[in-house]
Amino acid sequence: MALKYSSITKKVIMALAGLFLISFLIVHLSINLLILKNDNREAFNLAAHFMVTNPLIQTFQWVLFGGFILHILIGILLQIQNWLARPKRYKVEGYSHTSFFSKFMIHTGIVILALLALHLVNFFFKAKFGEIPSVMINGEHYEDMGILVIEKFRSLPFVLIYVFWLIFLGFHLDHAFHSALQSLGLNHSKYTPVAFGLSRVLAILIAGGFILIPVLVYIS
Amino acid sequence: MAELNSKIPKGELAQKWTEYKSHTNLVNPSNKRRLEIIVVGTGLAGASAAASLGELGFKVKNFCYQDSPRRAHSIAAQGGINAAKNYQNDGDSVYRLFYDTIKGGDYRSREANVYRLAEVSNAIIDQCVAQGVPFAREYGGLLDNRSFGGAQVSRTFYARGQTGQQLLLGAYSALSRQVKKGNVELFTRHEMLDVVLVDGRARGIIVRDLVTGAIERHAAHAVVLATGGYGNVFFLSTNAMGSNATAIWKAYKRGAVFGNPSFTQIHPTCIPVHGDFQSKLTLMSESLRNDGRIWVPKNKEDAEKIRHGQLKPIQIAEEDRDYYLERRYPAFGNLVPRDVASRAAKERCDAGYGVGETGLAVYLDFSESINRLGKNVIEERYGNLFQMYEKIVDENPYKTPMMIYPAVHYTMGGLWVDYELMTTIPGLFVIGEANFSDHGANRLGASALMQGLADGYFVLPYTIQNYLSDQIRIPNFSPDLPEFRKTETEATERLKKLMNVKGTKTVDSFHKRLGMILWEYVGMGRNAEGLKKAIPKIAALREEFWKDVKVTGDFNEINPELEKAGRVADFLELGELIARDALSRNESCGGHFREEYQTPEGEALRDDQNLMFVSAWEFTGENSEPVMNKEPLNYEFVEVKQRNYK
Amino acid sequence: MDLTLKIWRQKNASSKGKFVTYKVNDISPNSSFLEMMDILNESLVVKGEDPVAFDHDCREGICGACSLYINGRPHGPDAAITTCQLHMRRFKDGDTIVIEPWRARPFPVLRDLIVDRTSFDKIIQAGGYISVNTGGIPDANAIPIPKINADLSMDAASCIGCGACVAACKNASAMLFVSAKVSQFALLPQGKVEAAERVQAMVAEMDRLGFGNCTNTGACEAECPKEISITNIARMNREFLCSKIGAPKVKIGAGGF
Repeated sequence: MALKYSSITKKVIMALAGLFLISFLIVHLSINLLILKNDNREAFNLAAHFMVTNPLIQTFQWVLFGGFILHILIGILLQIQNWLARPKRYKVEGYSHTSFFSKFMIHTGIVILALLALHLVNFFFKAKFGEIPSVMINGEHYEDMGILVIEKFRSLPFVLIYVFWLIFLGFHLDHAFHSALQSLGLNHSKYTPVAFGLSRVLAILIAGGFILIPVLVYIS
Repeated sequence: MAELNSKIPKGELAQKWTEYKSHTNLVNPSNKRRLEIIVVGTGLAGASAAASLGELGFKVKNFCYQDSPRRAHSIAAQGGINAAKNYQNDGDSVYRLFYDTIKGGDYRSREANVYRLAEVSNAIIDQCVAQGVPFAREYGGLLDNRSFGGAQVSRTFYARGQTGQQLLLGAYSALSRQVKKGNVELFTRHEMLDVVLVDGRARGIIVRDLVTGAIERHAAHAVVLATGGYGNVFFLSTNAMGSNATAIWKAYKRGAVFGNPSFTQIHPTCIPVHGDFQSKLTLMSESLRNDGRIWVPKNKEDAEKIRHGQLKPIQIAEEDRDYYLERRYPAFGNLVPRDVASRAAKERCDAGYGVGETGLAVYLDFSESINRLGKNVIEERYGNLFQMYEKIVDENPYKTPMMIYPAVHYTMGGLWVDYELMTTIPGLFVIGEANFSDHGANRLGASALMQGLADGYFVLPYTIQNYLSDQIRIPNFSPDLPEFRKTETEATERLKKLMNVKGTKTVDSFHKRLGMILWEYVGMGRNAEGLKKAIPKIAALREEFWKDVKVTGDFNEINPELEKAGRVADFLELGELIARDALSRNESCGGHFREEYQTPEGEALRDDQNLMFVSAWEFTGENSEPVMNKEPLNYEFVEVKQRNYK
Repeated sequence: MDLTLKIWRQKNASSKGKFVTYKVNDISPNSSFLEMMDILNESLVVKGEDPVAFDHDCREGICGACSLYINGRPHGPDAAITTCQLHMRRFKDGDTIVIEPWRARPFPVLRDLIVDRTSFDKIIQAGGYISVNTGGIPDANAIPIPKINADLSMDAASCIGCGACVAACKNASAMLFVSAKVSQFALLPQGKVEAAERVQAMVAEMDRLGFGNCTNTGACEAECPKEISITNIARMNREFLCSKIGAPKVKIGAGGF
């Protein structure tokens, strides 16, 4: 069906899915940052518990999956079309002035996707289906997701892989927010420069925030 | 001798076109679908004609040598398009536009045609605005105008410095719409080689597919040539590299008479020549003369020092500058018509006051306007032109005056046509710059676009029907008729012959030499002695060309050398006719300046007693001299005066 | 100046091409790039070799015919000009210059550096016009148009259809070209009448011809000799979305609209 959509419609879907994923990242990051709170992981575990048990979030999880898959599949489809549009490449190319990371969205995207699998195996599936130590908070039993995270991040190679992955996420995000607005036709002589700045700020804050966690956990 | 019937309708000047339209024969819609028309060229005239004829329901085939109709050289026109709208409330009217055009043309054009041109000019602006041409506007949302040479009113509509582009894209979009509808079939990268006559009427053309090299025959009920001017005969001109005279030249050799071939316009504001490797000249819009002041140093010593790089123009004090146009023509100043401005520049340079390395340049200075209006106003008006100048010359015209010099730009001459735009070959119509036109001996700025679109949108679609109305019983022609085969063979053989010369000199080298001869003897200033030298020189060059030209490549492939060779072969014949015409016209008028005929002040001196006619040259065979026919010009409605811009 | 040129040579559309190296000597820094090519071609013809075929016509930067991909950039290293306006003073003595044709599936090479750009004409034919016939038009000043819109429309309309945007885009996308025409008309009251049909028809044709998709990298804008902005692409996206969401279902017949 996506094949039948016009190029602009596909771009619009990419943009909407992308914006949705950015909002997910912000939620995810804000929960993750709770682990840095010096309260014996209490706030983090409560939030994690909420996320795995709340029925609304559980339903929304499937929407999130849908967003991911749409973003990935259409991204790949667009890329294949793009490659086909230039069967014979230039001998010398790439000297035009462009926004740098925009040229490598498929590459950064693939790196992110590959390491996402690792991430899901280590945390998401464990949280969903695995055995997790239990902890008492306010007299009730909760899964201690926090300890799982902390233990993982004690291994240096693991931390390095994560940092590497998150840097690529940052690269990907650098060409995300403003590009999505452009695809949606939201361009304005006054506000578009702001969107460009915001895009970079988002990329740095989100990637930086996520990187902070493994690094600080490892150091402490 | 050809019979020249101009078919000017009877009656009052202002009523002629209305009368004509009311009584002309038309073709009914069902018959239109059966009638085929070939239009060659996709410039302003060609594209607008093909689109309008397609809209009417005719089956149109449209040809161009470029890869897209949008690339025709009309696209390069910068300054603007005239119309008698009188939006500025400055006293303009259809009559005034008519009068300025007649006067600007030095009384060598047809009153009725020029009046019609002025009359339809307003409809062109309406049409273009409706097509989405983004003309310049004022803050109130209404159209803006600028003034142009040869007029005392502001009647020129413009779209920055790209008016030709915008008008052509308008016509191109109308054409594209008809292509989509199936009314017009487009043949790009096809060059016309010859016109085919059946029983004395134009019935088709022979073209070469420039990609495959194949020679094709196309038949139709009428053929319209909109192939532009022949300024490239001079090698260096402001025309596009591909602009050529082949179509009209072949029509001439098939019996269409050629009007006023020597009337070529030298544009005063071009970027001067900078080296012998130069391939073309770049025009700077005449609109620059609105805000720029033209000068040379008052003292020869200063000019000398500037030429040797010892002095810079900004170091010349105000009192040491000679604003020669303002001095000689106080009423029009820097806005005198093109021929006057060009000759004045040549006069100063010949007298030793020229600037630039070669001494063949004068200054066009914006410092006064920049001080008066501010740099941003000048930038808004001419930004892209200034940028273009800086790219080519490597000097910043905001800081130092521009250097300009005249260059061949437009040809008023062309195939002779009657009031219906038909040549002496029935069924062969010529529109736009390709015909001998409404501009007389000199064209005013911003009038070429007007004429191209007037012919294509509003004149030809009426007049061609008068011809076609008695063709409705003629079935579609087969391009297999012996006449087509014969013409095809002749065209093919001519190209094969060019390839088989296998000489030693390149096509361009011949073209350059032809250009030198013409520029020297048949350029801005002409005299009998020089012209008598030029004719045998051109003939000798032509002979040498056919013996020693080298054309590489194959016939059946893209072969730019072969294309050029065919065009230059025709230029070598046309050049001689231009010289002959210039020699026969013993007067100075407009762009044709014979040094023997000038007033004591150096102005052009016409001979209205004996030479108030169109020279219409008739081909009489390869080895015999052409014959000149005369179409007398009768001025019933304007008083013929010596042009005076003082 | 002495220069080494590496030029793509290809006999015709079906043959396999290759790079051929040429040397040119004593080139004046004041000559234009195409004049340098002329000098090369003259020398080739004298030697009896086929000259390098390239598209060019007006040589003043407006017809859009010239189209060389020079050292990795369409129309060469300078911004806001076409190849014909590029001058040799921009290069250094002894430089090597790699000259390639535009590369895109909808722009097949016809010979050497000449490509077929009729796909651009097809996009315009699909809807790049205002459907008015000749004659019977109200006065040009009947509808005032805000100067800002007329100026923005003119910015978009200055497109010369050279194809540098496609050549520069890593995806060979024609979005800048199409959006320039869509924008030109969308900004004018005359063009608004059929804006929905136009944008859908032109985008559909663009997709059909096999151009790539826009990834908002901005290479087109950086290389456009007329500096057409990608804000036009955003405007087209907006027009397209609005036409899909807001306007009645558009039917585009075979004969246009």
